Parts: sequence; structure tokens; C-alpha cells
Amino acid sequence: MMQSFMSYLGSTVPPGNAGNQLWALIYVLIIFVAVSLTVMWLINWVERKALAHFQVRLGPMRVGPHGLLQPFADALKLMLKEDIIPDQADKAVFWFAPVIGLLASFTVYIVIPFGPSQAVSDMNIGILFMLGVSSLGVLGIVTAGWASNSHYPLMGALRSSAQMVSYEVAMGLAVVSAILMTSLNSTGTGTLSMIGIVEAQQQQGVWFLFKFFPLGVIAFVIFAIAMVAETNRAPFDLAEAESELTAGFHTEYSGLRWSLFMLAEYAAMMAVSSIAVTLWLGGWLRPFPNLLHGPAWEFIFSLFPGLSFAAFAAIAFIGTVRMPSDSFFKVQRIGLGIFGLTLAFTALLLLVIAFVGRGDDVNIAGRLREGIDYVFWFLLKVAIFMYLFFWYRATWPRYRFDQLMKIGWKVMLPISLGALIATAIVGVLVK
Amino acid sequence: MNPAINVGAAPLATPWFFYGLAAAAVVSGLLVITRRNAVHSALALIVTLLSVAGLYLMLYAPFVAGVQIIVYAGGIMVLFLFVIMLVNIERVAKERQFNRIWPVGLLASCALFALFVGAFIKGKSVLPQRMIQLPEAMNTQAIGGALYGEAGRMGLYTFAFEIASLLLLVAILGAVIMTKKKI
Repeated sequence: MMQSFMSYLGSTVPPGNAGNQLWALIYVLIIFVAVSLTVMWLINWVERKALAHFQVRLGPMRVGPHGLLQPFADALKLMLKEDIIPDQADKAVFWFAPVIGLLASFTVYIVIPFGPSQAVSDMNIGILFMLGVSSLGVLGIVTAGWASNSHYPLMGALRSSAQMVSYEVAMGLAVVSAILMTSLNSTGTGTLSMIGIVEAQQQQGVWFLFKFFPLGVIAFVIFAIAMVAETNRAPFDLAEAESELTAGFHTEYSGLRWSLFMLAEYAAMMAVSSIAVTLWLGGWLRPFPNLLHGPAWEFIFSLFPGLSFAAFAAIAFIGTVRMPSDSFFKVQRIGLGIFGLTLAFTALLLLVIAFVGRGDDVNIAGRLREGIDYVFWFLLKVAIFMYLFFWYRATWPRYRFDQLMKIGWKVMLPISLGALIATAIVGVLVK
Repeated sequence: MNPAINVGAAPLATPWFFYGLAAAAVVSGLLVITRRNAVHSALALIVTLLSVAGLYLMLYAPFVAGVQIIVYAGGIMVLFLFVIMLVNIERVAKERQFNRIWPVGLLASCALFALFVGAFIKGKSVLPQRMIQLPEAMNTQAIGGALYGEAGRMGLYTFAFEIASLLLLVAILGAVIMTKKKI
């Protein structure tokens, strides 16, 4: 057991490929806990704060300093709420619908490559698996809408299934044009594996976003629009349009079941963001890995995780100092100070690892430093996408349903098809 | 490009995986034909399709498994549900089945069962004992070669594949013309 535990540290392939069940299980647990916590606490808090500031409000301020503990209070409230199943609902399907959505959005994390060996498994059909399983998420919405046996949820479910099926087409074509680019190597054979796609970008020395400019950008923009529609987020959130359908497909849901839908939605948002990051933004690669290489640059870039945590800690400390001196704020000030200290300690730890493990990729410290770098750059890119989701929600009004269908079929589909054909032609010409 | 896969390790896909997936496929397949509620049948069909996808994975055909999930479970079944959801379930549940097609179905399934039994008993002498096992990474590439051809040559199934796509195009055009009298 101990040997198996240590053996993985030297491995350069994901545990799923090395046949290392123990580490695969550990990875699955880490991912499950980390994703749930990020969605429940961090993303929930950041979204509410960001939306509030967009609208010149303060957002949650009462529970914990700057509302930092508000998500926990909400989670507790949702857990204690009465769980209502409507009398006329189809009980079994009503019960199972949120689970379908949750299973679909968490299963895709198996193939997400946080690093060359920091993934549960590297499937040969990685991207196909991700698209397939994330398209199963719509089944949760459809069955929830139907099982509620009520008009608004049914309308929401119908809208959502029509929307997802039509945007999947443009999304798939955009993905194919990125996969085509992986085949521009000496063997002429591309790959569908998520890790293989990132390695292809490293070999070709360019993120696929900038490849064959502007073809890569076009495919990326199509995907970035389609993924917002796929996850039912504003401005494409017609399935839960509150001004028309109360709350859409989850009108009849309350308490814990409702929160499962939210968890599934946000987990799916992170999953599609990581597809975009893997396909077009170089996955775990740091900026300019081929141009700025060598031990010195390696060391400078490995300081980034620690420094960013240090910046967060500094913000928390500034907040502590600026807190009003009234005795009412005493507890909040202590809380924010402790939070800042935790961040500062994390920053220190990361900096020490970066310092000890510099110029080394064999020993434990070196492996750890490498892993932290990969995961940091990957998560940074995903975080940018998550922020974009909030930004869209605060900025754009919701589309009408006919406008949505028109954009999907008459604008995005032809453009993505054209980009795919152009990519294929340019790829042949370049060779 | 793909990191070396540990060939020497014991395969994770043991016979128990097969028994589990096969049992899930059979049980949910039975549910598809015995449920009166059409939505329940459709959901059971999704379980069947997913367990068949798992069986494809066990046969070292990951690409087929992925396509099975995307096309059938994620695409076609969503459209199925889309239509079925609009049906008045209560009325349908009371209605008696009016087609008399079950003898044909029984005959067909008996024939299929006989075929399976025959393959099980005499299979060893008729079918090749062992297929050449391609490494998992080659599967997608091999399918691509068979469908589209490699190195300037036409693939084994290129012609059939293109004909099938033409058939689908005709079906799509037919559907459009039937719904829209004036185009």
C-alpha cells in the first residue's frame, strides 16, 4: 500500500493509464471535494459579489467579513428546508432528475487534464467522452421538467432540450476544427485525447487560439458562445427565464434537491470552461513555454502561484485595516485577519516549494512544484472563463426564443462549418 | 504522443464488469417493453444504451462507445423525450394496445435467441478464436482509416459510408418537405 502510494510520485502518466487504482481513487476524491467546495463557496461568493458590484450594490456583507461565510449559511438553510415533492409529480423520476444532472457534470472531470499526469485518466477518446457525457446533462433538465407535472417546468424543459440539441451542432463543429489542428505533425495523425491535444499545442509551439489566425479565433468564439448556451446561462438562460417561466424547469424543486441542480450547473460550467482551455488556450501550459525556457524563467514562472496567493492575502489585510473601528466590527475584523493569515501561510508554503524544488523534476519537492505550476495555470485560465460567465450575466439581456434558434442555426452553424472547411484547406496547403 | 500504456498490468475490466453491464442492459431492456408510461420506457432505454456503451469499452472499442453516448444517449433520446413529453400520459396508460404485432416480435426474438445459442455452442469452430488486439490508442485511427481511407487510398468502407450519408440527407430533405408545403 505504502509502496503503491509513493510509486505514483515518479509517474509521468495519469494513474488511470498506469493502472494505479489507489491513486486514481485519491484523484477522484480530491476532484469531487475540491469541485464541490469551489462551486459551493468560492464561485457562489464571487458571483454574488461580482454581480452586486456590477449593479453598484454591496452584495452579502453580514455573514462573515464581506459575506465570506454567506454561502455556508445558504447551504445550511437549503439543507434544513422542507423537501417538497408535488402530489401529482412522478415521484421516482422527480427524485432522480437532479442526480442525473449531477452525475453527468461530475463524470466529465475524469478526463480533464490539470497537468500531464494530473488527471484521473487519459482516455483515447477524451474529448468525445467529455462532449458525450456533458450532453447527458440535458436529460436531468428534461426529466425534471416533465416529472414536475406542471406547465412552467415543462415549457422550460422543452426549451432547454431544443436549445441544447441545436447548439451542440455548432459546438461539435468548432471542436472538430481544433482537433484537425492536432494532426499537423510529422505523422499526420491527430488525437482525441485531452492530454494529447495539449501536448500537440506544445509541439507546434502555438495555442490553437492563435493558429491559422483568424481561423482558430473564430472556432474558439463559436465554442465560447455555444458553451454558454449549453450550460443554460445568461443570456441564453431561457430554460429558467424568471420573467416568463417563474424558475423554468426547477420551479417545483426546493431545498436540497434545488441546490443539487445549482451544483450540477456550476460544475458543468467549469467542465465546459476546461474543454475550452484545453482545446484553445494550451491547457496546463504556462505562457511562452517554448520561447522563455531555461532554469531562470522556469523559476520565475513557478513563483506565480505563491505570489498570487500573497496578493490575495494583502487584499485581505488591507480589508482588515480599513474595517471601521466600531466594536460592532470586532469579530469580523478578527475573522478577516485569520482568513488573511491562512492565505499568507498558503502563499509562503507555495513559495517555499517553488524555491526548494527549483530546477528539479525528479525528487518529491520538484515533482510537487511542477504539479502546482500545471494546476495553477490551468485553474487560472478556467477562472477567467468563470468570470466571463458572471460578466455576461450582468451585461446582456436575455434572448427571445426565436432569436436564440436563429443565431444557433443560421449564424453559428454556417460560420463554424466554414471555419472547419477553411481549417482543413489551410492545413493541407501548409503541408 | 500517447504515453505508453502499462501493458503488463492486470486488466481492470474483469468479467464482473461484463456481468454487471450485461445485467443492467437486459433488465433495463425488459423495463423498456413492460412499462406503460412512455417516459419511463425512454429512460430505461437510455440505461440500456449506456450499458451497451460500457460493453463496447470492454471490447477495446472506445470510439464506438463515445459515439454511442453522444449520438444515441445524448442526441436521439433527448429528441425522443422531447416528443414523448407532450403526450398525455394518463390517457395513453388507459388505452389498450391496438396493434397485433407481437407474434412477429416473438418470432424475431426467438430467431435471434436461437442465433445466439448457436453461436455459443458452435462458435468455436465457425468464428476465429482470437481477434488481433489493437492497442487502445489505435482504435480511433483504425476507424478513420476504414471510413475515409489512408495515404491517398480509399478505405474499406468509404463508399458505403458516403452512400449512408446520402441516405440520411434524403431523409432530412423528406422531413423538411413534409412539414413545409411551401418552401
